[in-house]
Amino acid sequence: MNMNTKQNFQEIDFNKQLDSRTWSKVLSFAKIYKKTMILLGLFMMFVAAVDIVMPLMTRHAIDHFITPQNYDGLMGFGLLYLAIGMFQALNVAVFIMLAGKVETGVSYNIRKAGFSKLQELSYSYYDHTPVGWLMARMTSDTAKLSEIIAWGLVDLVWGFTLMTGIAIVMLIMNLKLALIVLSVVPLLAWISKKFQVLILKSYREVRKTNSKITASFNEGIMGAVTSKTLVREDANLFEFEKLTGKMFASSFRAAVQSAIFLPLVQIFSMIGTALAIWFGGSGVIAGDISYGMLVMFLSYAAFFFIPIQELARVFAELQNAQAAAERIITLIETKPEIVDAEGIGSPPLQELKGKICFENVNFEYKKGQSILKDFNLDVEPGSSIALVGETGGGKTSIISLICRFYEPTSGSILIDDLDYRNYPLQWLQSNFGVVLQTPHLFSGTIIENIRYGKLDATDDEIISAAQAVKADAFIQSLPDKYDTEVSEGGTNLSTGQKQLISLARAIIANPSILIMDEATSSVDTETERSIQNAIEVLVKGRTSFIIAHRLSTIRNADRILVIESGKIIESGDHDELIFKNGKYFDLYNHQYRNEKVGSLLSAKE
Amino acid sequence: MAGNRLLYIGAITAIAFETLFTFASPLVIRETIDSIIGDKLFSDWSILQSLSQLIGAPTITQQTIWACALILVILSLFRGIFTYLNGRWSAKASESIARNMRDELYLHLQSVPVKFYSEWKIGDLIQRCTSDVETVRKFLSIQVVQVGKSLLMLAIIIPILVSLNAKMALVSMVTIPLILTFAVLFFLKIKSVFQIADESEGFMSAVLQENLTGIRVVRAFARQDFEMDKFDERNTAYRDNVYRLIKILGTYWGLSDLLIYSQTGLVLVVGTYWTIDGQLTLGTLVAFVSYVEFLLWPIRQTGRTLTDLGKAFVSLDRIRKILNESLEDMSGWSDETTKISGNIEFKNTGFRYDEKTPVLEDISFNINSGDTVVIVGPTGSGKSTLANLLPRLWDYTNGSVLIDGRELNTIGRKYIRQQIGIVLQEPFLYSKSLIDNIRLGKITNPGESEIFEASRIAAIHEEIETFEKGYETLVGERGVTLSGGQKQRIAIARAIIQDPPILIFDDSLSALDTETETRIREALISRKGKRTTIVIAHRLTTAVNADMVIVLENGQVSQSGKHEQLIRMDGLYKRLWTMQTLPVQVINDNQQSRSQN
Repeated sequence: MNMNTKQNFQEIDFNKQLDSRTWSKVLSFAKIYKKTMILLGLFMMFVAAVDIVMPLMTRHAIDHFITPQNYDGLMGFGLLYLAIGMFQALNVAVFIMLAGKVETGVSYNIRKAGFSKLQELSYSYYDHTPVGWLMARMTSDTAKLSEIIAWGLVDLVWGFTLMTGIAIVMLIMNLKLALIVLSVVPLLAWISKKFQVLILKSYREVRKTNSKITASFNEGIMGAVTSKTLVREDANLFEFEKLTGKMFASSFRAAVQSAIFLPLVQIFSMIGTALAIWFGGSGVIAGDISYGMLVMFLSYAAFFFIPIQELARVFAELQNAQAAAERIITLIETKPEIVDAEGIGSPPLQELKGKICFENVNFEYKKGQSILKDFNLDVEPGSSIALVGETGGGKTSIISLICRFYEPTSGSILIDDLDYRNYPLQWLQSNFGVVLQTPHLFSGTIIENIRYGKLDATDDEIISAAQAVKADAFIQSLPDKYDTEVSEGGTNLSTGQKQLISLARAIIANPSILIMDEATSSVDTETERSIQNAIEVLVKGRTSFIIAHRLSTIRNADRILVIESGKIIESGDHDELIFKNGKYFDLYNHQYRNEKVGSLLSAKE
Repeated sequence: MAGNRLLYIGAITAIAFETLFTFASPLVIRETIDSIIGDKLFSDWSILQSLSQLIGAPTITQQTIWACALILVILSLFRGIFTYLNGRWSAKASESIARNMRDELYLHLQSVPVKFYSEWKIGDLIQRCTSDVETVRKFLSIQVVQVGKSLLMLAIIIPILVSLNAKMALVSMVTIPLILTFAVLFFLKIKSVFQIADESEGFMSAVLQENLTGIRVVRAFARQDFEMDKFDERNTAYRDNVYRLIKILGTYWGLSDLLIYSQTGLVLVVGTYWTIDGQLTLGTLVAFVSYVEFLLWPIRQTGRTLTDLGKAFVSLDRIRKILNESLEDMSGWSDETTKISGNIEFKNTGFRYDEKTPVLEDISFNINSGDTVVIVGPTGSGKSTLANLLPRLWDYTNGSVLIDGRELNTIGRKYIRQQIGIVLQEPFLYSKSLIDNIRLGKITNPGESEIFEASRIAAIHEEIETFEKGYETLVGERGVTLSGGQKQRIAIARAIIQDPPILIFDDSLSALDTETETRIREALISRKGKRTTIVIAHRLTTAVNADMVIVLENGQVSQSGKHEQLIRMDGLYKRLWTMQTLPVQVINDNQQSRSQN
């Protein structure tokens, strides 16, 4: 899994053949638009038909009015022309709307499927996948795909219809002349294909360099002060100029390729026209061909290169979009590591009591890197457990296992005497209240953020939850009180304030099992002391787990576990462990001094 | 810039020739139809005969009609050459303008005073440097040429049409004002619809981004369904708004097509009538039919071009806002050949960020070259600000600071920064390999052994060796995530290799445990060479052996002196020290009795 995800970050090779399996999967997102797409194809045929008919109109005008010097029916001809023009205007308007419907609809469907998959995927997936990568899949890749599905269809149907239509009309009208004019087509098609692939490749290079430049700007600004102190400005600019130089070179190359391609196509289509005038002209002189026919051939020859160019572009883009398609399909087909086993239906009727039991649990994130080995733990319902110990000792892993963000590699975890894999995952997790080290708030108001814990909570419930965690006071002091907007990531609030809000959010959910991972680390000592009492009220009657570096936070826990290298090395309440004069005593001793000094230094004089 | 102007002149000239050659072919076809195939006499000036004379061919007859074909191909060959030159030159011009813009922005962003970074949002800056530059570049590379081409086309095509047949020319242009007005008005009108579509895309990706960064909270509350509803609302709005825009655009293109077909229809019908009349020749009619296409196409694009022009100006303005910010003054005394010796004297120094609130006031103390000084004090007392004054990240507003007896604000910023190594509170590492990150502390390229030694002193060498790729490990999004303590130690190694006369640790040992901190300090002391060291610290262990301790409170020096002196004076330092040395049981009991009260 891990390796697969990593490999997906690598750009997929460009020169691949079109893969029908991938595209049929992508097309499944367009299934409900099947009728619209058929209609769209039909209208594109209409558009192409009109494009074919127009030169015939010119021919008709010449051969029926000009050559015989005849005015009769000219008015009617004009009206017919206008009617065809109106029909074409209608076609154009309709096909754009239909294609727009398919494009927006398909991208909506892909995003929806992607988003709901992202809600299902396991924690480990997020550990290995950068948010930026996922964002790119859900935004630019999706846009690219839906665009090519809708507008690619437009160009394909139009191009094919037009080309075959023109070819057929020409062949019917004059076989010999048609074959002569069409003789340049194969070469033209070949050149178009070659160049379109070349040009797209160059643009790919441009985009790659472009994202590096963006990253460079980001780094330049983030690291500006460091660069100043290291006097790195010139060196940084030198490196940056290498990037912009590369950008210049590749953009310029792409532009030059286009600048060669366009005239080539024009020259070839002009050769077609020239052939038409040479052989067609001779035919008119010999009396085999009418003037109108000649003019019609001239228009067709001039027109023919447009669909060829378009088709070449669409095929090149399809190749290019395939990489996007594969990435999206991979995302949507990723299997979550933690899923409900088959046959797990409705959640149990009774509430969880909160008895938790680790039975010979082994756990590793990566093969061979054991975090927990043969770990056993019994927690009575309603008791509070504090986990202390050095970073990397396994505290957070134990908590992740309890929350079933991960499952044991072997062994089992029982909740209320039943292996927790027998409960529906989402139901189980809704019974936990989790407050994380780095509190994440959503944009919206404070009241909405607290309500996230209980969607149907009344305003009074919310305020009393905030009061319980001593958040009410600071919220009341904000200009808009509970309606204060939390900006993205909550940057207008201090970390301590965010922790208090996330605590209120956890409490309002009234969970059976409460988990706090460094939940109050950034609250100042004064506030921490006051919410300490609140926490005591909250943990009463619920099983709770607390990880904290601040020992004052955990003194009152029913049981303190000292964890080191995935093992419980000491266990007992505060007084017992202090009396034991072991690891906990040392930790406490050391930590307590730092805490006291810290509190003195952060106190406002 | 002058070079680019030349390129643009070249490009426009190329367009002029390209257009000439483009328009020549319908004329050639006209004469071929009328005078070679038909029996009409050549007019006084014939493009066909002039061209054939030019290549030294005899007068073209019905027997040598192939020569007309050849002339057409030759014309398109020339046209191709100019199309190519135009494409090449205008790309070169617009791409190099974009490159210069990027380089200038980057340099500017590196060279503005520190104040700038607190006034601007990083996302906004990046947007200006990337998408605004892209908007301008696109405009320059596509629209400028396009506008030039359209204008030239009109300038050339109208005289040709008029000279062919003035009445017919009028007929060919009759709907142009209508199409033009329609195009311009329409795009003005739907500006807001474009904006709504753009905004709803922004809202959608914001919800997505938030969900992904907050996925742990979503799981913790099992709010997957709630999130899906929230996303669906935005996703739906985005779909509907874009669809609405496309529908409006569809109407536009449909209607403008109708106008264009009316125009071509008019040309065909009226032209046919007049040809039968004898006012026009068949060849002229055919020429008109092809010219009218050329004429209508750029006009149809006008609305689009104007919209893009507006956008480009807005972007240019946003870019200028950055470039107009004044830069740090890099002038001042410097002596690149010698190092300073590291005597520092603060005399009644004061600093304030704005008029009102003083951050530092009346600071006075002396540090002798080679001394180690520890600064302690509560959060917000001005310790970091004090440290930032030395490398002139900020300039003091009152009093004076002397370095080796020279007024600090007369010393060049570049020089003084080379003389000071500062490890910041939140150290920044570049997205390079670890070895490069350490290496860049020194201007001259240090060798591996020197780098290893520096990282040994910073107590990070062994840890780096345990990484899978060792010193080649990449920092950043695609590399490993380093802990705060690891970053601090790498930044320390970077400062050590710089080997500056003054070394400042701005609370940069905080993420390290006491043991590691002691190891680093001792290693630094035993290292040869005199160095003035300033340590901002929370732990007093650092202060015990310092030559001087300065206690800052509320932006002022409340105490200073040696550790032994300070622990005997009443004040913050003594309180801190007592707290750190009291036996744990005493604090414990103390605490318990207090909480029982």
